[in-house]
Amino acid sequence: MWDYTDKVKEHFLNPRNVGEITDADAVGEVGSLACGDALKLFIKLDEKKERIVDAKFQTFGCGSAIASSSALTEMVKGMTLDQAMAVTNQEIADFLGGLPEEKMHCSVMGQEALEVAIAKYRGVAAPKHDHSHDHVETDGEVVCKCFGLTDVFLKKVIVSNKLHTAEQVTHFTKAGGACGGCIPKIKELIAEVLGEEKKTTQERPAKLTNLRKMQLIQETLENEVRPQLWADGGDLELIDIDGNNVQVAFRKACAGCASSGYTAKFVEQKLRELVSSDINVQEVQR
Amino acid sequence: MKEIYLDNNATTKVDERVFEEMRPYFCELYGNPSSMHFFGGQVQKKVDEARGRVAALLGALPDEIVFTACGTESDNAAIRSALEVFPEKRHIVTSRVEHPAVLTQCRNLTKRGYRVTELNVDGEGRLDLKELAAAVDDDTAIVSLMYANNETGVVFPIEEAARIVKAKGALFHTDAVQAVGKIPLNMAQSSVDMLSLSGHKLHAPKGVGVLFVRRGTPFRPMLVGGHQERGRRAGTENTASIIAMGKACEVAHLHMDEESGRVREMRDRLERELSALIPNTRINGGGAERLPNTLSIAMEFVEGEGILLLLSEKGICASSGSACTSGSLEPSHVLRAMGVPFTCAHGSIRFSLSRFTTDAEIDAVIKELPPIIKRLRDMSPFGREFLAKK
Repeated sequence: MWDYTDKVKEHFLNPRNVGEITDADAVGEVGSLACGDALKLFIKLDEKKERIVDAKFQTFGCGSAIASSSALTEMVKGMTLDQAMAVTNQEIADFLGGLPEEKMHCSVMGQEALEVAIAKYRGVAAPKHDHSHDHVETDGEVVCKCFGLTDVFLKKVIVSNKLHTAEQVTHFTKAGGACGGCIPKIKELIAEVLGEEKKTTQERPAKLTNLRKMQLIQETLENEVRPQLWADGGDLELIDIDGNNVQVAFRKACAGCASSGYTAKFVEQKLRELVSSDINVQEVQR
Repeated sequence: MKEIYLDNNATTKVDERVFEEMRPYFCELYGNPSSMHFFGGQVQKKVDEARGRVAALLGALPDEIVFTACGTESDNAAIRSALEVFPEKRHIVTSRVEHPAVLTQCRNLTKRGYRVTELNVDGEGRLDLKELAAAVDDDTAIVSLMYANNETGVVFPIEEAARIVKAKGALFHTDAVQAVGKIPLNMAQSSVDMLSLSGHKLHAPKGVGVLFVRRGTPFRPMLVGGHQERGRRAGTENTASIIAMGKACEVAHLHMDEESGRVREMRDRLERELSALIPNTRINGGGAERLPNTLSIAMEFVEGEGILLLLSEKGICASSGSACTSGSLEPSHVLRAMGVPFTCAHGSIRFSLSRFTTDAEIDAVIKELPPIIKRLRDMSPFGREFLAKK
């Protein structure tokens, strides 16, 4: 049984704003029967055509798809179009108190429908997240043929949700979840994204203020160290920074791993290389 | 809320009689059957009795019964054994609708150089025996085909299949986890070499299974390091559960007629009434021979997880072939292999009954399911299109 929050259950059992708006200003449709979920979103604007005064939805999908749609319609009412455009899938999930990772694609579907609706209203080309199999032309190259997802779309989701495994990409977008043929390509995309992030990290600076040092330690851990641990199913958490002493706790596969001593050395080496040569790393149990 | 449990192909309630039988073997009669003293010896006698009871249900001989930890272990052991017995043979035949205990193992073996043929099924989930005959060759070590399908209840013609396979010199294994206790089996007049069953599908506890290995069938154990089960499965016996398994088989034997009579009537009534009350449904495998307790019903334009959650709100426990309930994204491999259209593969629900199911429980489903489907179809963009056309 899924571990749904009470809020997800409540929105599934009593969904808000089900139905259609016959004189809607904007309609966004994503998904299809074949995909297993689909959402049709209707938006009504105020007289000045600035703010959303009403939103309704029709959804075919699982419990969390219905709850995400309900949440989305509640969230966007009263927003300007620009505010609505800025809504992320994570915000939809947060509104519901979180979604199981396998179900994050439901929140992505809500965010996509909103984008499509607003883009259509504004008369600009709808962003191509093509879950829906009817779209033919797409930006970028189709990676997941089963669900019709392009590299441009996948990279966007990887970046905005900080994804680092193919499995997570499947949970968030469904890509790779059917035949699995595109999983190697998804791994390449992740490597590409992580690689791009890496390039943005700086060489070791000559002199650092304390504040800058702390920032740099955090950045290095995020961009250089954790992705490497993730690759082996591990993780770490930064507990404290006291001068040059950096305290970290190992998580997942790294926690209790016999070679965590080596891992701590690796972390120290990275920090010395990229932040400051006098850094010491201590492993703490927390 | 009292549960209405219609998910007996997933697991079953332990029969009270079975539980009473196993109860003394935890705190009182906890001896090791292998011990020389009287205290272990009395447990050995009960394990032997259990072996005899399982054998009686299968029409087998007691020494053909090997106790394992689960149906999955039995399936794994059977296939691995065949590959060790025939190291020169590199081909396995199975079907596209097998339980993952068989299918995943076979697919993994392709990475180690084995050829695997997965037989197709038709729209009703039936096997084509001509395709089977054509698939088996001199290189085939083992053919593994399920007796009855867990999702649809479709029963394969296992005896005909086994005869075809034996004539070609390969071993024949069947995963009979769903069939045992529901339909009569008789290994005394059978060509099956190995057969798997599982305790918790027939009102014994979880954690015990059986592999039937016919006398004279070459066998190599998967677990070694002990003389237990005549060297075919090392490891100290799970005595309480084995004793429970024996009792469960004895009780199943007693209730076999009820299973094919009263349980089948309830299933048929559920099928008839739901089909009449809910438009646009189809019965998966409805045209094939099926287990008496299983109903897989597909409803267009709705998604299974929503149905299950709303049923669950009413205390009704069922399962679904839907992707969303399993964490995978594709509808069930069984329904896909049968070519069930996407429009209803996502909305397939399985009800599986047992001898504990009552008419009142069936009435409750007949009352509760139609409004749930209507509610979800009203919410679905596709449901609306469909309803508008009507």
